[in-house]
Amino acid sequence: MSTESGPSTSSIPDTQDDARPGVSRRGGDPTASNPLHRLTPEQIEEIGEAFQKIHDEVRADLGDRDATYIRSIIEFHRRLTALSRIVLMASRYPPAWLLGTTGLSVAKILENMEIGHNVLHGQWDWMNDPQIHSSTWDWDTASTAASWKHSHNYIHHTFTNIVGKDKDVGYEFMRIDPKQPWEPFFLLQPLLNVLVMVAFEWGVAIHDLDLEAIRKGKKDKRQLRDELKGIAGKAVRQIAKDYVLFPALSGKHWKKTLKANFTANIVRNVWANAIIFCGHFPDQAYTFTEEEVADETRGGWYVRQLIGAANIEGSDTFHLMSGNLSYQVEHHLFPDMPSSRYKEIAPKVKAVCEQYGLPYNTGPFLQQWLMVQRSILRLAFPGGQERPKPGAYVAPPEPPRERPTVPGVAGPVPAFP
Amino acid sequence: MVEKAAAPRIPAVRRALLRAARALTTPLLPDDYIALLDPRWSTREATGTVVRARRETDEAVTLVVRPTHGWPGHRPGQYLRIGAEIDGIRHWRAYSITSDPEHPEGLVAVTVKEVEEGKMSPFFTRDCPPGTIVFLGAVEGEFALPQPLPPKALMISAGSGITPIFSMLRELERRDALQDVVHLHGTRTAEGFIFGGMLRDLAERHEGYRLHEQLSAQDGRLKTTHLDDLVPDWRERETFMSGPREMIDAFVEHWEGEGIADRLHTERFQPIIGDGSAEVGSGGTVRFRVTDKEATCESGVSILVGGEEAGATLPYGCRMGICHTCVGRLRVGRVRDLRSGEVHGEEGETIRTCVNAPEGHVEIEL
Ligand code: FES
Repeated sequence: MSTESGPSTSSIPDTQDDARPGVSRRGGDPTASNPLHRLTPEQIEEIGEAFQKIHDEVRADLGDRDATYIRSIIEFHRRLTALSRIVLMASRYPPAWLLGTTGLSVAKILENMEIGHNVLHGQWDWMNDPQIHSSTWDWDTASTAASWKHSHNYIHHTFTNIVGKDKDVGYEFMRIDPKQPWEPFFLLQPLLNVLVMVAFEWGVAIHDLDLEAIRKGKKDKRQLRDELKGIAGKAVRQIAKDYVLFPALSGKHWKKTLKANFTANIVRNVWANAIIFCGHFPDQAYTFTEEEVADETRGGWYVRQLIGAANIEGSDTFHLMSGNLSYQVEHHLFPDMPSSRYKEIAPKVKAVCEQYGLPYNTGPFLQQWLMVQRSILRLAFPGGQERPKPGAYVAPPEPPRERPTVPGVAGPVPAFP
Repeated sequence: MVEKAAAPRIPAVRRALLRAARALTTPLLPDDYIALLDPRWSTREATGTVVRARRETDEAVTLVVRPTHGWPGHRPGQYLRIGAEIDGIRHWRAYSITSDPEHPEGLVAVTVKEVEEGKMSPFFTRDCPPGTIVFLGAVEGEFALPQPLPPKALMISAGSGITPIFSMLRELERRDALQDVVHLHGTRTAEGFIFGGMLRDLAERHEGYRLHEQLSAQDGRLKTTHLDDLVPDWRERETFMSGPREMIDAFVEHWEGEGIADRLHTERFQPIIGDGSAEVGSGGTVRFRVTDKEATCESGVSILVGGEEAGATLPYGCRMGICHTCVGRLRVGRVRDLRSGEVHGEEGETIRTCVNAPEGHVEIEL
């Protein structure tokens, strides 16, 4: 798994460790081998137990606080949506247009990321509330809940980053890992990339169909028909709502509302695409071959989830708007844990990393995103190499204690009392 | 899938309007927005507001609920699943309905006996002040008075098993049909007899209602051997019985021994399944569409068990057909109900995987 020295990441802003002490520790050791191979089987089991313990502790602690959290987010989303739609009725006035469009974009992002993605993961199933449950939820996007649960919850979260099995590695039409063999088709990748950003929800919907199976004629005809029907059904409803009914309700100024809705959908798509691509495709994330994980244990699975994902650093609002997928590492370790808990357990995950010399992949948004874009551009062409991987996580040094300046008095003595 | 409240009864016009408005709210429902104004305006689930809790004994409380939407009606003896949220989690339990089917104010009541280690009963008996919103499941149960009413009846109850029997007795009184009813009730102490006061009173007012209280703390439990003494003509009576499982089992055996098992109607809150009496059918194969798993079920093996054996993680709750946690949407094939032996299933129907076995090949969304 080790690589020769790859191109330096120093050309990307914010990648220098020293520039942000203690935040993103990239050891930058180009010869660091995949930790999966460095650990002994006993260590792997210990790690598995350590992670399982974190999971079980949270599980046992779930209650009112969490239920209130998700309900308030859902309520906020609904209020914001309703309000934005109302404001957009006056879309002929530019400030109203801007306000309504912003509100709608934020609402759509919240709905897809913090609510839809996480509810469909079953993160809130423990509440036993049929209205906030993975079996009944549907979201405001083109892919149907059922097929997404299959391709994402099952395929992607089980075979995470196994090239050839995890279809999220390149979504079957992109080459984002050097292990994927190059084909001339990938020359179109830079163009496709932009298209996927803008039309992300449609990409996701089509992705669920299992393009490879269709290409090879292996897909069950009836199932394909059912799934296409499902997507078409959702598409018709979405399009009717955003591009026919709400504009119609705005009367003469229907065009303005139409534009607002279109903009909100694009904003949501671009944002979702950015967050999701930053979760697995930055340089720090490892990918795996099928042989490597042939007889994987529970512990091995945890290690693979840990090093196959990458976090994004940011403010609380940023985490909320990314559906807490900025805690992609924690999410991959515990896909069915309520997202609101990821921040809380991050220190525990880091502690495990530190104890076993494992990397904790993370970085600021712009850095992660640029790395992804660089890979996409580079890998459109033949060849390409694994990027250097980070070394073990090292906790940032404790902030220096303030030494008493006067014996017997804690803290510095003010100069002018 | 998850345990749900019943669908409330909504006037057709309102339903049609809501349906039309969905075009604007998809994938949400208009109700999701309406509920922001007042949660009780939502028509997604049947709910009710607790009006009062009336203490019956030290341990039992009758919870009086005003349903938010119209009450679908019930027959005395039937039970209601009632749900409430405790520490962020919604729980469900079934209790006998103890209110009149035609309550003048449209109220509904269930009577709950506190189970010390329980989750729900302490909540209902202690922490459920007026104003609490509860979820109402469907009215269920086959245990009810037959039509026409039997001329001679025997009621046997013990402990909190009194609740459906009490409902029936009150109904008989209301319909002026308490001509010849013998009632044997087992209770530890006279004070712990739920509805004891009302029933003693009833016995006083009605010649035709004879009540025997068997105080198990001093006289031992009610047994089949007591029957000849207490009700010499028990064989001729239509008998209704509700109580602990062991007691019912013993009495059922006794009635079977006499060859009159069809005269005995029982209410068990824990249904028994897979006792071998139902036709078990052919078994078959199951494809779980969402989990992407295939399973084979021998005859008599439920879809849930077959699926689990094939390594699928499937939702389940009670595993005996009462909670509806385990349901999935049937896409292809037909299934056999393991309790009744009946074969059923239509494309798109939701079925309980814990009590249904595939009959041939089945595909299910789970
Ligand atoms: S109905 Fe409860 S698990 Fe099936």
